[in-house]
Amino acid sequence: MCDSAKTVLNLDIIVPNKTRYLRLIGAIAEEIAKELTVDNPDHDALAYHLNLVVTEAVTNAIQYACPGESNDTVRIFLSIENNDLCVRVYDYGKGFNLEALPIPDADDLSERGRGIFFIRTLMDKVEYRKTDCGNVLEMRKRLN
Amino acid sequence: MKILTEQHDGKTVLSLKDARLDAHNSAELKDRILKSLEEGGREIIVDLHDVQFIDSSGLGALLSGHKNAIQRSMRFVLAGPQPRVMVMFELTRLQRVFEIYPGLREALED
Repeated sequence: MCDSAKTVLNLDIIVPNKTRYLRLIGAIAEEIAKELTVDNPDHDALAYHLNLVVTEAVTNAIQYACPGESNDTVRIFLSIENNDLCVRVYDYGKGFNLEALPIPDADDLSERGRGIFFIRTLMDKVEYRKTDCGNVLEMRKRLN
Repeated sequence: MKILTEQHDGKTVLSLKDARLDAHNSAELKDRILKSLEEGGREIIVDLHDVQFIDSSGLGALLSGHKNAIQRSMRFVLAGPQPRVMVMFELTRLQRVFEIYPGLREALED
């Protein structure tokens, strides 16, 4: 879990499950990372990567949402504790098996299937599980 | 997404004028590239100079253009990717798939 008495930031965002909000959510994640990692020489790259993984995760949540599902929102929870960044993105669709997703072959010219690859490559730990309030993709990264 | 289209000696240049290429606008880019391919010519150049951010959907739209160009025996070229955008090609090893030039001028001269 991400909860801790030493948490320095908790941000809970709920947006409509529309791709037009990707820009906003990505920008929020990038600005937070820039603000909180100024001492890290790679902080610009780290901020860009956070924008990317949040964008990919929210895109997945939108795409996996069940058609006609009454809960037409995506929830993003972002927490930083002791330089440990945790991002959770909730979806209300049928979910997927993270472990069963293949690593894209470099010679595979498929137009899809690289989003989770980016997330796994750029974050330290990634989990996907069912909870009482939907499925959650949890991504963790050390910031220093 | 704002996309400027210009012709240069049989080459069609599509200049993307949005800093962000993601799942919100990648389908539009894919359609625009396909339309340009259907209009003929011998080469499509996608100028990425103004794009500061690309995700997997954006890469997918460019791959679609690449594959459709091959089917039509046309050339599909990328020009001017920013360093952070280039990293996305390198992470996925797609820099080996696309013809990528550092800038539009170099792509037009070749």
